[in-house]
Amino acid sequence: MLQVSDLSKNFGGVTAVDKVSFSVNTGEIFSIMGPNGAGKTTVLNLISRIYDVDDGTVQFSDRDITKISPHEIARNGIARTFQNIELFERETVLQNLLIAQYIHKHTNVFSELLFLPRVRRQEVQSRKAVEDIIDLLRLQRYRDVYIHALPFGIRKLVELARALCLKPKLLLLDEPSSGLNPEETEDLSFWIEDINKDLEITILMVEHDMNLIGQISDRVLAMASGRPIALGTATAVKDHPDVIDAYLGT
Amino acid sequence: MRFVLKTDYHQDVDIFRDRVQFGWYAALFVLVLCIPMLSGTYVESQLTLVFLWSIAGAGLMILVGYTGLISLGHAAFLSVGAYTHAILLEMGLPPFVSIPLAMALCSVLGVIVSIAALRMTGIYLAIATLAFAMIVEKIVKNWSAVTGGNAGFKVPPPEIFGWELNSTAYYYVCLLVLTLVMIGVSNLLRAPTGRAFIAVRDSEVSAQATGINLVKTKALAFAISAALTGLAGTLLAHQWHYLFPDSFSMITSIKLLMLVIIGGLGSMSGVVFGAIFMTLLPDGIATVREWLPDSIGNLPGLEPFTFGLLLIVFLVFEPQGINGRWQKVRLFFSRFPLYRKKTFRRQKSFLRTERVH
Repeated sequence: MLQVSDLSKNFGGVTAVDKVSFSVNTGEIFSIMGPNGAGKTTVLNLISRIYDVDDGTVQFSDRDITKISPHEIARNGIARTFQNIELFERETVLQNLLIAQYIHKHTNVFSELLFLPRVRRQEVQSRKAVEDIIDLLRLQRYRDVYIHALPFGIRKLVELARALCLKPKLLLLDEPSSGLNPEETEDLSFWIEDINKDLEITILMVEHDMNLIGQISDRVLAMASGRPIALGTATAVKDHPDVIDAYLGT
Repeated sequence: MRFVLKTDYHQDVDIFRDRVQFGWYAALFVLVLCIPMLSGTYVESQLTLVFLWSIAGAGLMILVGYTGLISLGHAAFLSVGAYTHAILLEMGLPPFVSIPLAMALCSVLGVIVSIAALRMTGIYLAIATLAFAMIVEKIVKNWSAVTGGNAGFKVPPPEIFGWELNSTAYYYVCLLVLTLVMIGVSNLLRAPTGRAFIAVRDSEVSAQATGINLVKTKALAFAISAALTGLAGTLLAHQWHYLFPDSFSMITSIKLLMLVIIGGLGSMSGVVFGAIFMTLLPDGIATVREWLPDSIGNLPGLEPFTFGLLLIVFLVFEPQGINGRWQKVRLFFSRFPLYRKKTFRRQKSFLRTERVH
């Protein structure tokens, strides 16, 4: 489904990602792990086109997405969450999710100015789609709460909900468990599995929590200093000598 | 405290929360309709100005309050709208042609300015728009063959189908236009395009990740904003009778920006509050001048000083503007005696930079 080949990114003299290649199969949960500064988040930012790719290609569903504009990524069926939550802070949860219905709209500015019946129908349609996601992640009681009044764990969930509102084929999760307590992390692992199985969304996640990775991922890629060092099942990668080396040093 | 029972998604799509709220707005509208019959020409002309500044403010509010882009050059759109309209009228075109043409020209200019806005935010954008306004001011001043330059340009009186409008009729025209503008903007804000503006304001990176085209959205915000401000300009031209380049100077841009900030960023009722405030203030200052001792009362800089002071007072004590204060007062009475001051205090924790991962 997603094919990354020889992906490279430099920031000045630092090579953040150095010739990374991997592919994600349809329907799997693929995790990227590695110590701080390994370039995991950079890989995600390159796939979602927040950064320009220096070298290499990204193919998604047989289409080259290396050079397309960042806003076209969502339309191609890729949604993402951010490591340090990027929500629309001055709006309610409901508004945040409705904003993510933007790519499904088929009205233009003039019909919206007059609020023609088809705009109203579309609004109700969007609302129904949003309510489905709210039901799935049990966010009902936070529907009308402003983001800046929500606790951190709920905000992470709202961000996940917003990504799901895009109806993606591939979901990129950037450290979904960071800042969550063990109980919330457990809930999260169930949700990620549900999203993967029930909604049939392929998941590529960057994660630190070995328990979470072990519980849910089908395959794991370990990275260190911008290079891939091991690829395989969670247990195999965890016990790989190069991985232990990267985490503990020599 | 009233609670609204929601049984239908259409209720959240509607502009008014329920019939009670609609009733209040209808009552206000009827009151405003009756004012010319109840009061003298002075109140009438002041209210016409309030309507016109509200239209201009609505334009700027879309840009500053909803898209998060600052503009210190909106007087330029006001000026382009006013002059284009007046010149086209002079050439013999009817207002139904000249007003749309003036608005179209303004939105084209708005799109051109937005090209600069793509690469700039905050203070840099403020300076770029300021520069744009100065260019427009210089052109208007020096192109005296067309604009009359510093000698001024006499605006033909407002006419509809050859029937000249008196000041009361003009009051109703401005009220009608303001009502249409308010409905249009509210429609836009409850539709995907308006939400895209808000998304760009709050987080550009997530706006892109949710599929919103930054270039297009910012250009659209500038175009709509400029067109509305231009519309206000066309109508102001008749209210002012004569157009001078100095009427559209930097001070006017700053006043417009003050209008939206003091009114309350991110609210359309704030625009009207701000417009009322800005229209009443010069008269208020004139009245206060008479009470003050001559040495202070006759100082020439008293008006700009008061404007500046009030802006600072608002930014420090009520960043939400008059609209924010109004919300608080309303909540106080609806919850009386259970109002809690902390309701509106923004939580400071969980800022993006605070959590270490």
